[in-house]
Amino acid sequence: MTGAADIRLGVVLLCHAQLQVAAHMARIWVEGGARVAIHIDAKAPAKAVASMKETLQDLPGIIYSRRVSCDWGRFSLIEATQDAAQLLLEQHPDLTHVYLASGSCLPLRPVAELCGYLALDPARDHIESASANDVGWTVGGLNEERFTLYYPLDWRRQRWLFDRLVDWQRRLKIRRSLPKGIVPYLGSQWWCLTASTLRAILGDPRRAEFDRYFRLVWIPDESYFQTLARRHAMRIESHSLTLAKFDQDGRPYQLYDDHARMLEESHCFVARKIWPGASLLLEQFPVARTAGPELRPPQPQRFERMISRTVRRRTQGRPGLYMQSRYPRKDSENGKTSAPYAVFQGFTDIFPEFEAWLAGIIDADIHGHLFSPEMVEFAGRPRIGPGAISSNPLIRDRDPQGFLTALIRITSRMQVFQTSPRDNQALNWFMATDPNAHIHVVTGAWMLPLLESDMPFDDIRRVTAILQRAETRHLEVLNSVWVKARVQVHELNDFLARPQGIIMQALQQMPVTPDLLDSMPRMRNLDGLSELLRRLRNSGLKPRLSGDGLPLVDPSLSERTAAE
Amino acid sequence: MRISKLPISDRLRRRIERQYMIARAFNRRRALKTIVNRTGQIRKGDVLAFVTMRNERVRLPFFLDYYRNLGVKHFLFVNNNSQDGSGNYLAEQPDVSLWWTNASYKRSRFGMDWINRLLMKYGDGHWCLTVDPDEFLIYPHCDSRPLRALTDWLDASGRRSFPAMLLDMYPRGNIEDEPYEEGADPFSIAKWFDPANYTITKNWYYGNLWIQGGPRTRNFFSSDPISGPALNKTPLVKWSWRYAYVSSTHLLLPKFLNRVYDEDGGEQASGCLLHAKFLSTFAEKSAEELDRRQHYANSKEYKAYHAGLSKGTNLWCSESREYTDWRQLEDLGLISRGNWA
Repeated sequence: MTGAADIRLGVVLLCHAQLQVAAHMARIWVEGGARVAIHIDAKAPAKAVASMKETLQDLPGIIYSRRVSCDWGRFSLIEATQDAAQLLLEQHPDLTHVYLASGSCLPLRPVAELCGYLALDPARDHIESASANDVGWTVGGLNEERFTLYYPLDWRRQRWLFDRLVDWQRRLKIRRSLPKGIVPYLGSQWWCLTASTLRAILGDPRRAEFDRYFRLVWIPDESYFQTLARRHAMRIESHSLTLAKFDQDGRPYQLYDDHARMLEESHCFVARKIWPGASLLLEQFPVARTAGPELRPPQPQRFERMISRTVRRRTQGRPGLYMQSRYPRKDSENGKTSAPYAVFQGFTDIFPEFEAWLAGIIDADIHGHLFSPEMVEFAGRPRIGPGAISSNPLIRDRDPQGFLTALIRITSRMQVFQTSPRDNQALNWFMATDPNAHIHVVTGAWMLPLLESDMPFDDIRRVTAILQRAETRHLEVLNSVWVKARVQVHELNDFLARPQGIIMQALQQMPVTPDLLDSMPRMRNLDGLSELLRRLRNSGLKPRLSGDGLPLVDPSLSERTAAE
Repeated sequence: MRISKLPISDRLRRRIERQYMIARAFNRRRALKTIVNRTGQIRKGDVLAFVTMRNERVRLPFFLDYYRNLGVKHFLFVNNNSQDGSGNYLAEQPDVSLWWTNASYKRSRFGMDWINRLLMKYGDGHWCLTVDPDEFLIYPHCDSRPLRALTDWLDASGRRSFPAMLLDMYPRGNIEDEPYEEGADPFSIAKWFDPANYTITKNWYYGNLWIQGGPRTRNFFSSDPISGPALNKTPLVKWSWRYAYVSSTHLLLPKFLNRVYDEDGGEQASGCLLHAKFLSTFAEKSAEELDRRQHYANSKEYKAYHAGLSKGTNLWCSESREYTDWRQLEDLGLISRGNWA
């Protein structure tokens, strides 16, 4: 094993904008003992370049390479790297390793520690390099196609044309052939190669051919060195020593002062990309060691998890959330609601105290008819419900879906509520297509409260017709092929035949207190139901959904009674 | 003939509407009298704040400090004929440029013509924050990252507008009970808000979301929620002289600036404007504004407030939440960090 003293590190620093920050980084590298070659983008303003050079005047041996105008995702970045690396290796032939970093890459640990780490296995190349045929790399799903199509355009500035050109080439089945013997590899563009590998890549007899090929590859900075290193390296450690994560659009994450702790715990050597205003980071890193260098390997997993979490938040969002910056169109919701909930239809008509009974046996918020036309019947009937949601039906009906999703999201317990054909039917489809919904329906039960009403028969008939139509429509929804909810539909007479069994079945999925289950709620008095059904039928309205098998009283008998 | 009646495509109609706004704004240049113009101090990349105000002297010190702390570099104020010394106070501030007008607030489209004018002239190419003196911007990480970090990130992500919904804050107990002192943090008194009481509908013509609800709808507009105040706002915009605010800061043209939300299930980054309207200062203000009849929908809001307030209005309810920080708002789903980790 060699010591850190045998490692002579060179750094190629690619600088684009924010040259003052870049100068700060260059100083860290030089003061840490590295040889630095700086490439400054030809697009950087002359004044900023001059002031950067002036800032770095006191540091010996900084090399400035020929300035190339660099565009993201284009070969110019490779050219700049090649030039600077070549110059660095020529002027410092004793270098053992070369690190590629950018002007916004912040060294988190002292350069000496990096050298110590490299000294553990001096012949190893640290470059992330994964076979392009297998990895899912960055933006837009272009993996293999990066290498098989032509990319003469700039993705950032000529996006539309770029996309058309890709489509067009796909349609024409254009396939570039790779240079002989080349298997494409992809990886992070920030690497640390041994001088011998780098020399071999730069001095490859076929370099002109490779350069010609990579000139029209998309984002060659993620594939040029990664591919060619596989050709020349002795041992590749396929990871990047630079902590750099990208979002779903291929843009690097910026690092801010509040990341300091997490960066320190990641034990990475270098991190990008630093927000230029993050003065605390610039001050604090690289961390000063008092007790001598540490050789702990980088552990970026925690940081990477944090980034993946945010990417997930950006691409998938939180289920059941509808807000100012997340308003998914229908069927793109990634979860229509945030938690399971249960809907009972018809149960309160059969058991007038169903709500109270249910509240006694399951650990959930048991509401009344949330979509009732009179008021939102929150549990306990407060004027203002959970999350300060108003119980005013007008406000609810402005946005019924928002009402329900907000209620489910803001409460911690399971939400259970009653519906009926009398209520607002706007959410029938929404709930039926929501996997979180448990819907239990007893069809025709809405008729029972009519038994106790003293309305004239004509009104009862009219109300029955309206409610029956509403229920039929609802059942069409529940019987459609799009249903994602758990739905149980029972006809009234089936239900009345074995109410306890059906209720038990309905409660199976819920947080029930089992020992309270024996009691049943009081059932409504059903006297006169068959008589009502018969009168409705005779008046020309066929009650369809109450079931056919209800015990009918002897018609001759009741007619006789009426006649008397 | 109104633009909305012309038999033309929506796209062309929006363009005409926008150019009409810009023309109106340009036309208002003479209505604004320059009191102090320090806009020479503005440097490239500075975040600017644009404010219209009338009789807000008590609120100004805290307002200015709050936004200075966030990193706003210059304030451009329109003083609509204040009588309480606001003008003098502002003219003394080193980072404020001040204009004065006594034109009708209502006939200047509730001040937006003046603001559009200033935005056109001074805002071009800057991130511009258009707020009222009682609106305080909260965004993800606002406790550790300055506004400039946010705008840099928005720039890097190719976004030109940032949404911040209006969140009405209110005290526990009657609004009049605890007097607001100059310079104090209004949210040490009005620190409660409604966590989930919001309705959203999409406006297809302008492409914005129309958010309503909160304590105002709950208390003052329950019989007519559709005319309740709009809460959606887009106060932070990388301005170009071709842009125009159409209706307060609720919506802008061109339309793409209103597309601040994700429709594929993901979350964009967003913030909140904490609204410190319901303080002890509100009662006098509502009486005065009611007299002037210079507000939206014939001051319907103020009428409703005044009717409610004279009974000793208490917006607080047992479901109100006490404000702690932006993380709380994010957990509740009122704001989101999107992919700004």
